[in-house]
Amino acid sequence: MRIGVITFPGSLDDVDAARAVRLAGGEPVALWHGDHDLKDVDAVVLPGGFSYGDYLRAGAIAARSPLMQDVVAAAGGGLPVLGICNGFQVLCEAGLLPGTLTRNSHLHFRNRDQLLRVERADTAWTSDYAEGQQILVPVKNGEGRYVAADADLDRLEGENRVVFRYVEGNPNGSSRDIAGVTSENGRVVGLMPHPEHAVEDLTGPSTDGLGFFTSVLKAVVAA
Amino acid sequence: MPRVVVDVVLKPEISDPQGQAVLGALGRLGHDSVRSVRQGKHFVLEVDGTPDEAELKQIAETLLANPVIEDVELHLPKD
Repeated sequence: MRIGVITFPGSLDDVDAARAVRLAGGEPVALWHGDHDLKDVDAVVLPGGFSYGDYLRAGAIAARSPLMQDVVAAAGGGLPVLGICNGFQVLCEAGLLPGTLTRNSHLHFRNRDQLLRVERADTAWTSDYAEGQQILVPVKNGEGRYVAADADLDRLEGENRVVFRYVEGNPNGSSRDIAGVTSENGRVVGLMPHPEHAVEDLTGPSTDGLGFFTSVLKAVVAA
Repeated sequence: MPRVVVDVVLKPEISDPQGQAVLGALGRLGHDSVRSVRQGKHFVLEVDGTPDEAELKQIAETLLANPVIEDVELHLPKD
């Protein structure tokens, strides 16, 4: 099972994402933002970091890179896509996910272990969790406040597209404690916290993040 | 060369913690008459030939601003 991990100029967590794929039993495939080549991968991860130095808006320039045109087209055909942190910002800027991420309400970079509640256990990236389950993963961002117009938030909630919410404290002032959302078909998921940093006891606060990467392997087989 | 100015401002309903921080600093400096600060972005584009308003509008609305949270003001050079 080939899971692509895209590297943009300024990506930081691409190596950790590839490692999480490997620990889950998948084959990580390195993808370069400037190519027009998805290398026949079965799913794609957009990792965390500061692509293009967060210039203009976080994720804005990366969202217009050559490979993202291929990702948008493939996502339209059902390719599972996961955006973590800066990857989530890129997916929102690319129009694959609704809303956007902006400066934390308290203006501080926030770095801590964070409890999340799983609101959807039927997406391509969350089937190995149970709805209502709480998971502990690191969160680390300065522009992680999820915002959209109230009417759009109402529509999102009505369509049950919130996948994760922050519990025991909202680290960045996100609207309605939203930590992650999904596309209409449940194949594209984005979240600010970092599941790829919670895949081994030695380096993470838990191994709760591994479920993302085991879930997608099943989603690919089922497709 | 014609210069086109694009101002990008947050929509009124989107909170602006950076503007609020500036407002707080102004209060500490004794500038009590300032009631509100909204921070935005100001782009200056130099373009070849006569500026194409439709193209510049597209540039402003699809790259320079994120329409989810921002509005744009396009200022074309006066004839």
